[in-house]
Amino acid sequence: MSTTQPPLPPVERSRVALRLTAAAALGRFELQRCAECSAVQYPPREACHRCLSVNLKWTLQSGNGQLIAQTRIFHSHEPYFRQGRPWRVGLVRLDAGPTLVTHVHQSVPSAPAAVQVTARLDKAGQGALVAHLPGEDIAMTDDPNIREMGCDPRGLNILVTDATTAVGESLVRGFIATGAKQVWAGVPPGKELSGSAAILATPIDVRSSDSVKRAADAFGSSIDILVNNSRHDTGTSAGAEVSDQTAREEMEVNYFGLLHLSQSFAPLMQARAASGTAAWVNLLSVYALCNLPSQPTSSASMAAALSLSQALRARMRPAGMRVVNVFAGPIAPDGLARSVVAALRAGVEDSYPGDVAQDVLARWLESPKVLERELAASI
Amino acid sequence: MTLASVVTSLKGPSGKGSADAVVAVPVTIPYSRFSTHGAHWFAARAMSELLKGSGLDKSAIDGLCFASFTLAPDTAVGLTQHLDISLRWLDHIPMGGAAGMVALRRASRAVESGDAQVVACIAADTNRADTFNSTLGSFSQFSQDAVWPYGAGGPNASFAFLTDYYMREYGARREDFGKLCVAQRRNALSFPHALFRKPLTLEEYLNARPIAEPLRLFDCVMPCAGAEAFLVMSRARAHDLGLSFVNVLSTCERHNAFPEDPIQMRGGWALDRDELFARAGIRHEHVDFLQTYDDYPVISLLQFEDLGFCAKGEGPQFVRDHTFTTDGTFPHNTSGGQLSVGQAGAAGGFLGMTDAIRQLTGAALGDSVENANVGLVSGFGMINYDRGLCCGAAILARDAS
Repeated sequence: MSTTQPPLPPVERSRVALRLTAAAALGRFELQRCAECSAVQYPPREACHRCLSVNLKWTLQSGNGQLIAQTRIFHSHEPYFRQGRPWRVGLVRLDAGPTLVTHVHQSVPSAPAAVQVTARLDKAGQGALVAHLPGEDIAMTDDPNIREMGCDPRGLNILVTDATTAVGESLVRGFIATGAKQVWAGVPPGKELSGSAAILATPIDVRSSDSVKRAADAFGSSIDILVNNSRHDTGTSAGAEVSDQTAREEMEVNYFGLLHLSQSFAPLMQARAASGTAAWVNLLSVYALCNLPSQPTSSASMAAALSLSQALRARMRPAGMRVVNVFAGPIAPDGLARSVVAALRAGVEDSYPGDVAQDVLARWLESPKVLERELAASI
Repeated sequence: MTLASVVTSLKGPSGKGSADAVVAVPVTIPYSRFSTHGAHWFAARAMSELLKGSGLDKSAIDGLCFASFTLAPDTAVGLTQHLDISLRWLDHIPMGGAAGMVALRRASRAVESGDAQVVACIAADTNRADTFNSTLGSFSQFSQDAVWPYGAGGPNASFAFLTDYYMREYGARREDFGKLCVAQRRNALSFPHALFRKPLTLEEYLNARPIAEPLRLFDCVMPCAGAEAFLVMSRARAHDLGLSFVNVLSTCERHNAFPEDPIQMRGGWALDRDELFARAGIRHEHVDFLQTYDDYPVISLLQFEDLGFCAKGEGPQFVRDHTFTTDGTFPHNTSGGQLSVGQAGAAGGFLGMTDAIRQLTGAALGDSVENANVGLVSGFGMINYDRGLCCGAAILARDAS
């Protein structure tokens, strides 16, 4: 196994600039806006450049602007940008005010040109701005420099750890439809594939480190995208009466499952990422953020998995590998599968598909404590 | 310009002020592409040459104005102990390409106010194989957060933007920039400290390998190690020491000018040039040579315009209308400029100054500008994010007394 780390774009950011990364991790382009005088700021800073107020709010941006100058860099001081192709960057004057240095998608005509700026996570997992044609879905289009910021499943090898559930089936179908090269369909003990179009059925018991290791030894070095959708389904009726055994089973699948997968597959995929693109997706419940008292232990196991996923992400980031957490609320399996593919293409770290997940996220961002009280009232 | 009129202008309306402080003892510590020495080594060599050139003892230096990119973790404060100098006036000016003008301006004020008698102005930098890279990455918070992650082109990319925009906006051609580069190389052929001593043709310039479109190899300075220095003292002191010296007619500095411009097409000189010339008591036609800050040729065109030698946007035509060698119609960057001599970090902001002092004291190391009595030196530096923040200029005159 190779432990070589691939060259990455510069990863250092000031603390204040990490808020741009934090928004980009959710697929949002946010800049600081002065609460006193409304001036939009860039680069990120501690005080308003116009009125010196320190009351700056990170605010969603349309990203509309004008490409006013550009270059293609043929000579760079960083190895990442010296991989045989010129790097296109430009200066964009945002309609909202500031001038931005951005990556420029190859489909944008020469300056001057109308563009839209989007915040993405670059190969190093840090926020970076991309100028592209207004309205265009840049994840879909074919600029090799920009594509590296996401992980389009097309042409890649994928493992869905549990293909026997409704969500698992939708994921397998969805990946095949997007042109995945090969899909490995995990089958937990005692379950069966229900005639889905899966190509390679493979037994995996995520509760068992031996089982996971056998799978990893067999095909782990071929996997570009691992989708951990193994979940212990407890149902919603457990309430406070949940048994020890149920709680343990939830932890076995939801938490130890992730642990075992990361022990066996992560090193192999790290090597895979170093020579190309690789990504890891965890399907979590949105109640990983804040316990839903009607599913107390299930929520707790999801919180444990979320915590562990952060460590996995920290470990994978130097390899240029994205770890995506999809925080699902109630959502149809096909919708969830589509959101997984979309999250991979967009290169986000966190996805909250569906109205309920979005609502919980918004409340959680506003005040975790208020959300706790609100969820407590739902018992 | 006649010597008599220069002398007249020196007296000025108030009869005092900038005429009192003079600048002398231009020092260049020979450049090398890379060096195993630290910036302190180059600073010490420069100080040593200043003492040798002036005949002063170390104890006679009571002021220091210092610029460097590679002295970290030290500042000028640490340098005082390193060189064992006791000072009563100390200024650390991290202003890169504007450092020469700013140093002269502040040192002159210090001497005129009596805060110091003899100020050593030194810019010194080393260059290891990895220095340029590490300097750029940690250049500024904005650069780290908002420039470096985008292709890590450093100033190459920043000046590529300016050049791209300028060419489109004002109709400049690659040949216009090339003409300046070729002329500067001609000047460098006789300048002993130039790292590039091979003639450059326009064809070679145009066909060089691309660096950051539209910039090619000969549009870009070569970072190197070296130092430049000079002394500022009173006219009386320079007389006593028997030194050749140059009069400082006027100086200006300006930081973060025109922040509302979407892209930098003007520098701070545009705000200060009228006062600069008024205080010097001269007009543009009295300037016998111009030393611009020239890490990339587009910025020389901005200086021609913003210093008032031509109107905004007329830079390309100005280039086509003139020749820029020491014997040309508009002598420019008489040493060959940074594009031919090399960019020794902050010393790049001193290069025009030291060569101007030599040109105005009959001590040119290479070709002289004939009958040169007045020189204008201009500086530009510190691309903190998308534009250079520091601008400075100084008008110097041969001493006629």
